[in-house]
Amino acid sequence: MDVLATALPALGDAFAMILQPHVLGYLVLGVLMGLCIGVFPGLGGIAGLSLLLPFMFGMEPLTGLALMVGMVAVVPTSDTFSSVLMGIPGSSASQATVLDGFPMAKKGQAARALSAAFSSSLFGGLLGAAFLSVFILIARPIVLMFQTPELLMITIFGLSMVGILAGRVAVKGIAAAGLGVLIGTIGQGSSAGALRMSTFDTPYLMDGLKLVIVGLSIFAIPEIVALLRQDKAISDRAAIGGGWLDGVKDWWANIWLSVRCSLIGVTVGVIPGLGGSVVDWIAYGHTIQTAKDKSQFGSGDVRGVIGPESSNNAKEGGGLVPTLLFGIPGSGSMAIFISGIALLGSGNIEVGPSMLKNNLDITYSIVWLLALANVVGTLVCIAASGPIARLTNIRFALLAPFLFMIIAFAAFQSRQSIMDLVALFGIGLLGILLRRFDWSRPAFLIGFVLASPAERYTNQAYQIAASRFRRSFEEGIDYVFSPIVIILIIITVISVVVGIKNAKSILAEGDVKDGKKRAPLIFLLAITAYVALAYFNASLIPDYARMDRVFPVFVATVTLICLAILLVQMRYSPDTNALFADREAQDAEINTHGLWSTLAWFAALLAGTAVFGFIIALAVFLVTFIRYRAEKSWVYAGLYAASGIAFICAMAATLNRDFPPGLLQEFVRLPWPLS
Amino acid sequence: MTLKAFLRASAIGAAALSSTAAMADDHRLDLSGETVEWIIPFSETGGSARWATFYAPLLSQALPGTPTVVVTFMPGAGSTTGANHFQRLKYEDGTTLFGSSGSTQFPYLLDDPRVRYEYSDWNVVLASGTGGVAYLPPALAEAYAADPTALNDEDFIYGAQSATGLDLVPLLAWEMLGLNVEPVFGIEGRGDGRLMFERGEANIDYQTSSSYLSGVAPLVEAGTATPWFSFGALDDDGNIVRDPTFPDMPSFKEVCEANPNCETSGTTWDAWKAFFIAGFPAQKMVFLPNGASEDAIATFTEAFAAIKDRPDYAEISETALGLYPQLTGAGAKRAMADATVVPEEASDFVKTWLQESYGIVLE
Repeated sequence: MDVLATALPALGDAFAMILQPHVLGYLVLGVLMGLCIGVFPGLGGIAGLSLLLPFMFGMEPLTGLALMVGMVAVVPTSDTFSSVLMGIPGSSASQATVLDGFPMAKKGQAARALSAAFSSSLFGGLLGAAFLSVFILIARPIVLMFQTPELLMITIFGLSMVGILAGRVAVKGIAAAGLGVLIGTIGQGSSAGALRMSTFDTPYLMDGLKLVIVGLSIFAIPEIVALLRQDKAISDRAAIGGGWLDGVKDWWANIWLSVRCSLIGVTVGVIPGLGGSVVDWIAYGHTIQTAKDKSQFGSGDVRGVIGPESSNNAKEGGGLVPTLLFGIPGSGSMAIFISGIALLGSGNIEVGPSMLKNNLDITYSIVWLLALANVVGTLVCIAASGPIARLTNIRFALLAPFLFMIIAFAAFQSRQSIMDLVALFGIGLLGILLRRFDWSRPAFLIGFVLASPAERYTNQAYQIAASRFRRSFEEGIDYVFSPIVIILIIITVISVVVGIKNAKSILAEGDVKDGKKRAPLIFLLAITAYVALAYFNASLIPDYARMDRVFPVFVATVTLICLAILLVQMRYSPDTNALFADREAQDAEINTHGLWSTLAWFAALLAGTAVFGFIIALAVFLVTFIRYRAEKSWVYAGLYAASGIAFICAMAATLNRDFPPGLLQEFVRLPWPLS
Repeated sequence: MTLKAFLRASAIGAAALSSTAAMADDHRLDLSGETVEWIIPFSETGGSARWATFYAPLLSQALPGTPTVVVTFMPGAGSTTGANHFQRLKYEDGTTLFGSSGSTQFPYLLDDPRVRYEYSDWNVVLASGTGGVAYLPPALAEAYAADPTALNDEDFIYGAQSATGLDLVPLLAWEMLGLNVEPVFGIEGRGDGRLMFERGEANIDYQTSSSYLSGVAPLVEAGTATPWFSFGALDDDGNIVRDPTFPDMPSFKEVCEANPNCETSGTTWDAWKAFFIAGFPAQKMVFLPNGASEDAIATFTEAFAAIKDRPDYAEISETALGLYPQLTGAGAKRAMADATVVPEEASDFVKTWLQESYGIVLE
């Protein structure tokens, strides 16, 4: 009872604090700024918060918090725009939204998908805040119960979602996930620093590939290229019905799904170390598992939007627990949030174990500012969704260069090296082929995201368990098989069984017709060659660094077995088998442009950047693309390029970023933005 | 002293002389309307980010012409990517700064193959110190207090980031005390190490001073952790004394003296001390690039000195930096010399120790 006795007055104080006009004003300001940044794919809360940091110094704590929280809270709301409308995951939080949101937009139901997503986001955010108000008081001991074996089991549970998203041929999905994991292990091992698939001479690969780049490459680039080849608008039919009201009704009809997914979001978000990048996939998997009619998933089922979107805003609330209670940021934006708090006022708000005792009112203010920001953000987004949804009716050839410009800019934020663009293009090509031959891209991405936690927790749990077993057998067993681990094992097994049973009927990426044998076989052989190379490369790691060898070798072995099974099946199957899915055969009639000629445009942009720097290459690219590919007049092309360049420069100037330089810049000193 | 070290030391000496001369005249840079870019070779989420974020707005106010000061993050390869990038820059107009950290210094001292930078080319304008505190679960701390050899058979687990980074200072210290500590690598920051300790998976840990105050002090109050020793601080003669932030805690030197396994002289001690000095009393430094003009060095030195003279400085810096010297001018140069030159025997000892204990070969 004494918990309530301290909590209730603090909660009351918090409301009195945040409901002051100037605090609300700053909150709205933060929300609007967050929306402006979140709308662009790949630029999430990190970019936005870095923008705010210089102003935080000495600011009154509450107004500063309102500004920052407003910014953080709306990113998972506003990034829904690009996920639904363009098929581009705006951030790691809305990757799963793409699967059903984008097909809905293609069917002309963009406004409906958006408003369903926003209603779910709002609800998730509010439910998350309500849950946190109580939970935060008892969270500390519960969070501490999640030791390394528990974290490992959650990671494995996340990986088990591959089972549901594997596609028509389960083995193929597992192989795709294995490939994702192997790509995720590129670079220095976390344990002994041994290098995998990289050398000291390739410093870019030493640090591994970043999620922003892989996410954009795997989902955005294939969609952009595919749409561009068909040369029409995203939505091939006129909008149906009133739009946004339908979406709200859809959400209301699935309110319990929304409740469950919000709770999933807040609980997974609470656990430090997983960062919540898989929350949306777990929610999506749960949505499918509990749905009766599963036939529409992947081709525009609104529940596939409601599930992940309910979870990703709730996750932000959950993520506050490790941030505020332990001083351990659950994500990159939370890390900046912590340094922002340290700058506020006289710097006396100290995030960490003493936060609840000394600053419970501030803690509650943050929780409820988050909820309030969700409300404001959602209202603005719903109001904007009608007009923005019309983007899907624009001819895609006019939209694509602009999108590509933004994606390239976002990718370049990762390491500020031209290699970022090379990686974007290279993995993008892989993404195009995965899409073409119907290898599950969600499975690949889940594998990639979880590669590093899976490896890290496996090694750490093994090491700590070994130490416990040395002390006594019971202590070791107690450590490895705690009640939470056992419960998680049961959930995982159930999820895998249900997943396998249903996998064949769930086509997360729509139906794909079968083509000829040759192309799918060549692709399979290429994948096998890479996996074999990764196996060989990892097996060379010497014994003293064996902790960095075990995981990639194990995953490569499993993947090779799956690939071998596929090869044998291919040998004995007729070419009508699902194994030989090939989108080229299916889309042959609607594609007006070839794959390679479309790709050549982007390759030219890349090569131009390497020689002349990004801005000059981009200007040439925009003008020629609009003139020759979109077949507009020179004047139109010139104006398009000028406004595009002006836009990207304004954005870079605000965020204080530079552009990739080329060879030219080595010899000639040019003024910004050309430098 | 090797030739390289000699050259390095004399370059530092020369720079010290010339900048003192520069202090005397009045040609300062005017940075009105300029943007000063401060490169941090880590991501937005680390301690260096916090340090630079704290200083950036203050620096903007203190520089002539109040330019905009922006922090640019260039993470990669344990900060060597950013440092190599900075090495390639030539001084232009005083609008580029670099912030290095212990993780930039250690690879340099250990001849890591990724290092293509040379500290003596750069011009230091600020050196920020910190300290570190080791702590134990209360039961183990009690046992050790009763008998310094009581824990020799204990299996210790320590959440570590990388043996070639700052972690080598506590790891070597514990080994000198005769403890059997197994580092579990792969955590992403010292905060994760503390969490591992709180979960009961790790049973030995250290934190830098400011993290100790914010993260561990509440645990000590709650009775779930007991402070053991601070690494200490340097007095004016270069001796290790008690850390002024933690006057009640013994320094590592005192703990070592009281332990029969440990000696405060000889190669091992000298190596530990050299790497402690490189890693903590001058952990973070701000540099102008190779070829910076004397005016520029003087301008930035005075700006940082002005920040330290702010009446509210003690109050605003306490949580961000702790109570540690923030050195400018000659003090910063001496600190840099301490942090970037270790005797060859010390670095050889540490290289051999890394190879024997962890199989790490730097070549």
